[in-house]
Amino acid sequence: MTQTMAVRLRGIGKSFPGVVANHDVDIEVRSGTVHALVGENGAGKSTLMKILYGVQKPDEGTIEIAGDQVVLHSPADAIQHGVGMVFQHFMLADNLTVLENVVLGGEKLYGIGDKARAKIKELSDSYGFGLSPDDMVEDLGVGQRQRIEILKVLYRGAKIIILDEPTAVLVPQEVESLFGNLRELKAQGYTLLFISHKLDEVLAVADGVTVMRRGTTVAAVQPKDVTARQLAELMVGSELPSPSTEDSTVTDDVELSVENVTLAGAGERNLLDDVSLRIHRGEVLGIAGVEGNGQTELVELVMGIRPATSGRVLLGTEDITTWSTAARRNAGIGYIPEDRHRHGLLLDFPLWENRILGHQDRPPTVRGPWINKSGARKDSQRIVDQFDVRTPSIETTARALSGGNQQKFIVGREMSGDPVLLIASHPTRGVDVGAQAAIWDHIRDARRLGLAVLLISADLDELIGLSDQIQVILRGRLVGEFDPDTVTPEQLGSAMTGAGEEE
Amino acid sequence: MGKLDLRRIALALAAPVLAIVVALVITCLILLAAGSSVSGFLSTIFSVPAERNVINILNNASILYLSGLAAAIGFRMNLFNIGVEGQYQMAVFTAAVFAAQGWLPGPINVIVSIILAMLVGAIWASIAGVLKVTRGVSEVISTIMLNAIAVSLTAYMLRKVGVSTGSNLATEEIPRDSWVGGIKLLSGAPNELLGLSLLAVLGGIGYAILLNRSKFGFALRATGTSASAAVASGIDVRRMVVVSLMISGAVAGLIGLPLLFGNSHSYGTTFQAGIGFAGIAVALLGRNNPIGIAFGALLFSYLTEQSNLLEINAQVSPDIVAISQGVIVLAVVIAYEVVRRYRNALEQRQVAAELSTSAPSEATPEATR
Repeated sequence: MTQTMAVRLRGIGKSFPGVVANHDVDIEVRSGTVHALVGENGAGKSTLMKILYGVQKPDEGTIEIAGDQVVLHSPADAIQHGVGMVFQHFMLADNLTVLENVVLGGEKLYGIGDKARAKIKELSDSYGFGLSPDDMVEDLGVGQRQRIEILKVLYRGAKIIILDEPTAVLVPQEVESLFGNLRELKAQGYTLLFISHKLDEVLAVADGVTVMRRGTTVAAVQPKDVTARQLAELMVGSELPSPSTEDSTVTDDVELSVENVTLAGAGERNLLDDVSLRIHRGEVLGIAGVEGNGQTELVELVMGIRPATSGRVLLGTEDITTWSTAARRNAGIGYIPEDRHRHGLLLDFPLWENRILGHQDRPPTVRGPWINKSGARKDSQRIVDQFDVRTPSIETTARALSGGNQQKFIVGREMSGDPVLLIASHPTRGVDVGAQAAIWDHIRDARRLGLAVLLISADLDELIGLSDQIQVILRGRLVGEFDPDTVTPEQLGSAMTGAGEEE
Repeated sequence: MGKLDLRRIALALAAPVLAIVVALVITCLILLAAGSSVSGFLSTIFSVPAERNVINILNNASILYLSGLAAAIGFRMNLFNIGVEGQYQMAVFTAAVFAAQGWLPGPINVIVSIILAMLVGAIWASIAGVLKVTRGVSEVISTIMLNAIAVSLTAYMLRKVGVSTGSNLATEEIPRDSWVGGIKLLSGAPNELLGLSLLAVLGGIGYAILLNRSKFGFALRATGTSASAAVASGIDVRRMVVVSLMISGAVAGLIGLPLLFGNSHSYGTTFQAGIGFAGIAVALLGRNNPIGIAFGALLFSYLTEQSNLLEINAQVSPDIVAISQGVIVLAVVIAYEVVRRYRNALEQRQVAAELSTSAPSEATPEATR
């Protein structure tokens, strides 16, 4: 059976200073299929897709589109060859209509008037998008916005559409209708390249799957031949240590209790709705949920970055509801933020100055109103040694380190000064496997010594492996409690998407 | 490591040197286009200044330096304090009026006036800070408006309290025992270094210590580079905005004092203006670094002083130097960015190289011996 290949990548390699993002990548995508590219965060999926969309140029290897070898200098080149991309973060102007958003930058195709309107209507109708050209984008939901993004790509004549983690921002019903749209597009002869790390979704919609691990492609499989478990093993590699806790170290002392906390949002829905949870000393509480269901808000609330609309937060027996972030940190809350570049590091500062960040009121980094340079340097060196941070010296700026080493430094810093509670938000996102195992070990060690941990992660295996208790968050509410010893990723997955919920 | 440091210093110097060369070339092109004498311009600008001029250069540089420091404090916090001009006008006017009353004896009068000037500058700047954190008003807009108000307000108040001497309207003269005498630096010069220009030295030392050694300075620099990281680490960013603008304003309050106490002894319609804006350029040129700003202030002061001779020696309008100064600032901003990117890439490569060579050497330690 010789079916034409829509995309064929051969031996693609790309390195950035200090990091090899991709090497020896081979992918074949048959035309008229939905092809999934799976891999952990940091496996190199995004870099590869940027190469295919002309945003990055590969250092080596060849790209063939519809049988012709091409060199892509820019996204405009990619579109010329029929490749379009739908980004995870939408690029729409809220105060413009659907029509205006779609024609923006593509005015030459069908003008900006009735011809464009007719084209949009035609595309929307033939794939069941249900969009009307004159709706304001600000009135539309996330699912509809995503369909505008897809429509933009179709409007520009793309035949091959890359979707970067399209389900990350969607609620379950919207995921279903997105998959409906994708099947419709496939039936019309489009080729879809779908990036994800949610294996159930991949198996539900893809005709072919390519697995990436540590920058390279490790397997190409048919969905009917594999289970989610097998795919997961391919993604992480069998030599990987699995995150499993040993005997329970949970004590009876409650370290953090969140009592009936509500956080009002801009719209009608509360960002957090009557959330209550308790973490004991020596306990890891894992929060599972689809991204954007209130995890970030919960973390920021416990850290004092957002004030609660109602409810109480207690650290030990102390009511800290109205405390500032600084007071909470000084009381022993460590914080590993989800976005280390924006929240965890001063990228242009040397490592030893980054040691001070968040610890600017506590020894050994300060002495009275002064910075204790030698103290900060000494303790940074301790973190570098103890947490195996690979860096030439503590004078190196944080920016120059790899993601895994930056994260290890943050973990080391946040575990300094004997914290009583650690908020770990995606602690191993985007780090290499070695660093991941090390971070897990450190969290386990600290737990054994009585640390209470609030763990937020998108990696279900990490959650199940590390947690003593798992809570599922959905639309700002805690909707289910699970015992990690007995729960399966499948059960968690359906709770996260609200599958078990009565409508 | 020593080799690396030399390279770092070379990189740090490359940008301003490049910018000055570019600015000179562009200035010469403008002179050529205007049909003026390029050689006359160059020989005048690079002539050795007389001792009298050296003192002028130092005096002006110290005033510019204070202005540069005030702007730099804002810049380190990612705030554009355009209001240095208004802050120092308000401050020097208040100090002039207060000191002229002679309520306090000699030196105490001077010290209290200095403190008062800093307070007025700080309060005037705090308006912009409070507006920013409570109402989200950009400090650029509010400080520009506050400048306009300050200039009008001082002019209005001067009319109320001032006394006319000839064509000049000025505040009453400060009592003689509160004048701050000059320092005889060069024996051949008829003029002296302004006594209070030492405030610039103190200011520079204070700035360096505050920024690099204190908790507050760390919080300020952290907020300046990443407000989001500052929030996550418990720094009260709103408080930092108000406080840092106030410190900036307090330093701005010092700008007019060396001249007031050492030379004019009163504040009048002819009092030196525009220093607040020049300070922004000097801070940019010196990259907000205490020593860098000193070089910037000296360079600008030198160019301005030498430009006075241009009309006589080369029949070139001294305005050409203002063009050179403008081009220097533009060129230096671009050059710093280029050097910064180059340095980031260089460091990443070095880290990668060091780590990849250290890994195998760990495995076979004897091979590296």
